[in-house]
Amino acid sequence: MAKHTLIAYVEDVPGVLNRVSSLFRRRNFNIDSLTVGRTEQVGVSRLTVVVEATDAGARIVEANLYKLVNVLRVDDLTHKSALMRELGLVKVKVTPQTRAQVLQLVEVFRARVVDVDEETLVIEVTGTPEKIGKFELVLRPYGIVEIVRTGAVAMARGSALLSSAPPLVRTYSSADHGNDDSGLSMSV
Amino acid sequence: MKLTGAEIIWECLQKEGVDVVFGYPGGAILPTYDAMTKYPKIHHVLVRHEQGATHMADGYARASGKVGVAIATSGPGATNMVTGIATAMMDSSPIVCITGQVGSKAIGTDAFQETDVTGVTLPITKHNYLVTKPSDIARAIREAFYIAKSGRPGPVLVDITKDAQQLTAEFDWEGAAPRLPGYRPSYHAPMSEYARAADLINSAKRPLILAGQGILKSGTTAEVLALAKKAGIPITTTLLGIGVIPASSLLNLGMMGMHGEAWVNQAIQQADLLIALGMRFDDRVTGNLKTYAQNAKKIHVDIDPTEMNKNVPVDVALIGDLREVLALVEPQVKKATHSDWWTAIDAQRGDAAVRDIQALPDSGHLYAAHVINDLWRLTQKRDTIVVTDVGQHQMWEAQYYRHEKPRSLITSGGLGTMGFALPAAIGAKFACPEKDVWVVVGDGGFQMTSCELATAEQEGIKVNVAIINNSFLGMVRQWQEFFYDKRYAATPMTGPDFVKLAEAYRLKGLRCNQRTGVKSTVQKTLAAKGTVVIDFVVEKEDSVFPMVPAGADLDKMIRRPKQDVMLESGSDQDWEMPAALAAPVKTSAPARSHGKTLPTAKKATRPAPRKSPRC
Ligand SMILES: Cc1cc2nc3c(=O)[nH]c(=O)nc-3n(C[C@H](O)[C@H](O)[C@H](O)COP(=O)(O)OP(=O)(O)OC[C@H]3O[C@@H](n4cnc5c(N)ncnc54)[C@H](O)[C@@H]3O)c2cc1C
Ligand SMILES: Cc1ncc(C[n+]2csc(CCOP(=O)(O)OP(=O)(O)O)c2C)c(N)n1
Ligand SMILES: [Mg+2]
Repeated sequence: MAKHTLIAYVEDVPGVLNRVSSLFRRRNFNIDSLTVGRTEQVGVSRLTVVVEATDAGARIVEANLYKLVNVLRVDDLTHKSALMRELGLVKVKVTPQTRAQVLQLVEVFRARVVDVDEETLVIEVTGTPEKIGKFELVLRPYGIVEIVRTGAVAMARGSALLSSAPPLVRTYSSADHGNDDSGLSMSV
Repeated sequence: MKLTGAEIIWECLQKEGVDVVFGYPGGAILPTYDAMTKYPKIHHVLVRHEQGATHMADGYARASGKVGVAIATSGPGATNMVTGIATAMMDSSPIVCITGQVGSKAIGTDAFQETDVTGVTLPITKHNYLVTKPSDIARAIREAFYIAKSGRPGPVLVDITKDAQQLTAEFDWEGAAPRLPGYRPSYHAPMSEYARAADLINSAKRPLILAGQGILKSGTTAEVLALAKKAGIPITTTLLGIGVIPASSLLNLGMMGMHGEAWVNQAIQQADLLIALGMRFDDRVTGNLKTYAQNAKKIHVDIDPTEMNKNVPVDVALIGDLREVLALVEPQVKKATHSDWWTAIDAQRGDAAVRDIQALPDSGHLYAAHVINDLWRLTQKRDTIVVTDVGQHQMWEAQYYRHEKPRSLITSGGLGTMGFALPAAIGAKFACPEKDVWVVVGDGGFQMTSCELATAEQEGIKVNVAIINNSFLGMVRQWQEFFYDKRYAATPMTGPDFVKLAEAYRLKGLRCNQRTGVKSTVQKTLAAKGTVVIDFVVEKEDSVFPMVPAGADLDKMIRRPKQDVMLESGSDQDWEMPAALAAPVKTSAPARSHGKTLPTAKKATRPAPRKSPRC
């Protein structure tokens, strides 16, 4: 079992997120995080899903995502060169004695202080999910009041095209499917 | 042309070629029912329960290959459809369900009869729609039909708010063409895979074809037979594959799996290559996955990529429509006979066939398997569809009714829905009015949806209902007998007088409790005008053999005891097993033996076995 990062382009229609999350629940796939947002194209949203799965399991997740009618493209970035980012907000307790230490950690992690009061600091940190995990770990001794994480978003490096067909299938060409009249160009 | 949403619904159904719909009215769908009167070309069948409507649409679809349509109101009407939708989903049956929904402004307020039906049916539909504007109706319905019948078929639900039905919009059929950029009904495997598949077939010594419902969906019976014949490959079918390969074909070994033929399951375990054609390795087919077909490489042909490596890891995955795949693979396959492999299978078959119930003399009692086998003999020359319910009778039907044509058996396989048979048969009769439609149903399952007898009566259609009445939830009782020390918790079951029940519905009722009466009962039924209900009162504690206990190795079957429970029951205790039955007999007969009469027992106190009726 390893973490797999899948991205999916989906039609931006009501209920689509529900369809995706319901699929994961129903097929008993373990979601680590799921994020959704707009893309460069009107009417198309992009999901980043991090799942705990074997390679074979990830292939099945991918095939199942393709099966959803509103899902346009899916790609597994796990074995590709990709960027992954997450944002975290951490509210941590500080005292006059610990404030300097915490600020030093903020420096080391290239994080930012976004709110200050007498007893707490709110720190914004971005990076890979692992980095944010680490940051949380080092702040824990000072007393974390709250933490919120966005979940990971990911993007492949370079100009390679998104994969456009489920595993084990010849690369999709729109000529095979008269139906694909959307004119959506899904290149990254 | 400006029409109300309700009118648009009927226009679309008409344009989709729908001739019959199965439904039940209610407040939220009333505008649609009101508009129905303007569309007399579409016949509406008033069901007695919305579950019945979905099973009827399903039976219609399975019998015809066309899309079946069911209609219901919001809330309870729609939730009553859930079982039928899930049944259609599991067996990939193309149906479109149209439900009324509360007004769009009331959604989310817990309005009267409001249920989130698209939410409820999300995991049991191929896709679903909530439509809140009349201008969106046509496209939703067109897409629903397209999705339901293309690729791997399945149910699609369209939930339409009451105001969308009432308001008007421009009806533009052309403009409502499906626009589904993310929907890919079928795929193509890379070219190299076809050659790899052919290589595996050409080098196999003990190949076996596993024939599933995908053959029926793609209409490739002839192509599969041609491939099997050319390369000398035996074929076995799943439950839902029954009929896609004629039972009389010498290439057809019979059904695999939990209640499959012993020699078939043994052949699977011995095979060096499994060629799975449009079947999905259900757990009733594989038994214990860890020990399943360990000696075999596997080629899997399926239109649905999610089926690949789901249960059984495969060596070659050919994702695509079976017709296209076969056309590419078959020319690369070399001629072969595999006579050693056939000899080995035939030797096992001889052993198993000898304990076949057909080979057992009639002891005077009525056994379900005899009823089914006699029914087959009596109806085989007629164009017949058998629709079964779920339980022991379903398995006996699969074992002892010999199906020659695709779509001649309709049964709930994946969900195993009791109550399916009668309504599905009504739907099948509407699809194929020229055919005889028989219902083979248990006394338990029949009582779940027997209200649909009224539908059959009101519609004046003829379905022939054979209740296999063992006064038990027989299949569950069998599990209790085998695995729970015969503690029959909640399985003994009474029922109404089924003959009187039929008569109460103004239908003909018949009872038969002797083998000698089967023939005349069936003949009377066929001669009668309308729907007939037959109460076949059969042996109570009879079991289905062979049986692979759930999760056990496929070749670890519970076999029919040599001292047969049936033969030991009641007054048959002094009956002795003839030597011929006790010992395995080697035979090289290529097909299962049928109607073979065996020597009568020495001390038989029962009448001698009757000659099997022929027609
Ligand atoms: C009491 C009971 C006992 C049972 N015992 C047995 C038993 O002993 N043996 C047995 O076999 N079953 C048994 N079943 C049924 C079992 O549960 C499954 O329903 C059945 O095995 C499924 O058969 P299938 O895979 O052929 O059909 P389906 O489940 O319909 O699968 C068909 C496959 O074909 C694919 N397909 C569809 N169209 C195409 C196409 N055009 N091209 C290529 N592929 C396509 C689909 O994607 C799907 O994967 C039993 C059921 C019950 C209720
Ligand atoms: C709706 C539903 N409920 C429960 C079951 C579990 N079940 C499977 S077979 C069976 C017994 C069926 O009894 P009957 O209809 O009399 O048929 P028999 O097995 O006796 O032939 C039951 C309860 C089911 N398959 N479907
Ligand atoms: Mg029963």
